[in-house]
Amino acid sequence: MRRKTISYAKYGYIFSIPFVLTFLIFSLYPLVYTSIIGFTDLRGLMKTDINFLEVPFENFKTVLTSPLFQKALFNTFFIWICNFIPQMVIALLLTAWFTNRRFKIRAQGMFKVLIYMPNIITQATIALLFYSLFGYPKGPINDIFLALGWIDAPLNFHLQKWTARGVVAFIQFWMWYGHTMIVLIAGVLGINPTLFEAAEIDGASAPQIFFRITLPRLKTIVLYTLVTSMIGGLQMYDIPKLFLWGGPDNATTTTSVYIYNQAFSGSYLYNRAAAASMVMFVIIAILSVFLFFILRDKDSVLQRKRERTMRKEAKARMREVAL
Amino acid sequence: MSRSLRGSINITKTIIYIVCIFLALLSVWPFWIMFVNATRSTYQIQQNSVGFLPSKFLIENFKILTGKSFNPITGFINSMLISTGATLGSVYFSSLTAYGLVAYNWKLRQPFFTFIMAVLMLPTQVFSIGFYQMMYKLHWTNSLWPLILPAIATPAMVFFMRQYLLATLSLDIVDSARIDGSGEFHTFNRIILPIMKPAMATQAIFQFVFHWNQLFLPSVLLTDNEKYTMPIMASLLRGDIYKTEYGSVYLGLALTVLPLFIVYFVLSKYIIAGVALGALKE
Repeated sequence: MRRKTISYAKYGYIFSIPFVLTFLIFSLYPLVYTSIIGFTDLRGLMKTDINFLEVPFENFKTVLTSPLFQKALFNTFFIWICNFIPQMVIALLLTAWFTNRRFKIRAQGMFKVLIYMPNIITQATIALLFYSLFGYPKGPINDIFLALGWIDAPLNFHLQKWTARGVVAFIQFWMWYGHTMIVLIAGVLGINPTLFEAAEIDGASAPQIFFRITLPRLKTIVLYTLVTSMIGGLQMYDIPKLFLWGGPDNATTTTSVYIYNQAFSGSYLYNRAAAASMVMFVIIAILSVFLFFILRDKDSVLQRKRERTMRKEAKARMREVAL
Repeated sequence: MSRSLRGSINITKTIIYIVCIFLALLSVWPFWIMFVNATRSTYQIQQNSVGFLPSKFLIENFKILTGKSFNPITGFINSMLISTGATLGSVYFSSLTAYGLVAYNWKLRQPFFTFIMAVLMLPTQVFSIGFYQMMYKLHWTNSLWPLILPAIATPAMVFFMRQYLLATLSLDIVDSARIDGSGEFHTFNRIILPIMKPAMATQAIFQFVFHWNQLFLPSVLLTDNEKYTMPIMASLLRGDIYKTEYGSVYLGLALTVLPLFIVYFVLSKYIIAGVALGALKE
């Protein structure tokens, strides 16, 4: 007699329906719509007759050759790199200190809680708070710098391009190094502890242990952080927008601020903003491919490991049966 | 251990503590200034902007603050509605999708998962123009729904929940539930969801904070000041009407993030653990 089997496969589809429908309606459709707008003359409020342009890539050409957009790309990348390098260096340093068993740093929990804190606070609020902190001529930072004798007269941080970019980069750094540190520490705790014990017995110094054992094993996590931070950096909006409205002289206008300004602050150039969005989309897609390979690699490694143990078990069972 | 080695370790440890205390103060100091200056008068702040102790102008600052465009109660209610709705939607449906990916063997399972990985980091900004045009035609600008419903599809959380289920769920439980005659939806709601509770709780915190902090889409969609969220309220403080009201600006900023501080200090242990867990992705 054949046993009756029920196939549950259809539930896989049923359970995915809400996700798929929502994604199609609220993400994919707007994405396709945005790309189409990029080829049209959609500008101005309440416009109803929308036509495709005779020169299809006109908006893209305008955007890519626009000095402001190029500047926005430069600003985005510049601010990102100025925050990422110190962020990674400090996070690695703290990771090395916190995980070194010779130091046995106390109150690690408290340090982690405090250092991570800025990461969950509203960026809009932080941008305005820093605007006040760096106030001119009176403001906490100016007051402290004057009291310490670092400057002779109050500095107007908001009016100079490089100090403005520097402060935005600093805010990003300040918000994210704690996050990166916790991620890295988790990575170190995942390393087989016998490796560290062996190194200690062999008399390896703290820097040796860090550079020869810890760092090589953190490679994937560092790479993952790099790519996600880059994608996050491209979206940077709240802080540059509210800190100085992209100024002075567009020195803190990032690609996201550019898109917003083209479409939503008076000029209603939806087509140009859409073209700029697509440029950003292409950059993010390329970065996502990298991310995909970083993550997939890990999964397939796990899969292979699982298969290996299964094969071993099967062999062991066969041997038992043979005996 | 030789004495010189121990001595050098002690020096290093001292340096480590100094650096860590400095960094901790660096994290706290801006917020300290914010909370203290919220209670000081504009005159006091102009005299000395670095105050360490609270003063007694809290109520006065609050009156000036709410006398203009800033409305903390409206902002709080709107932000609360959006964050709660979006969090519930994303946690429940991401768990459901993840369960569908783990528990059933269907033809498109692998392609679907690959797709989720591909859109893992798709930011709102790249489709905001189309999103706005679509909502404009549907007359859904100035509604909170377009900020809540999209959360049902949160790829990153599906990814996380799938990893969690792969590590913790034994399909034997599902099988024995079937033998007992439990339907598939019933099994998910009554047996699987309780198993996923720890992961759901952590993810819920992060989703809530994420939605609370959103600025880009809300500021594109919401133009009616009855619909403003807390971050939009914060952005109002940058306007000219608050230019000289230093005390009120600090108080307004403090109010926009006060709920976050409370959530953070109650749940910081779980939040830190959640960040670490999210990092492992295994």
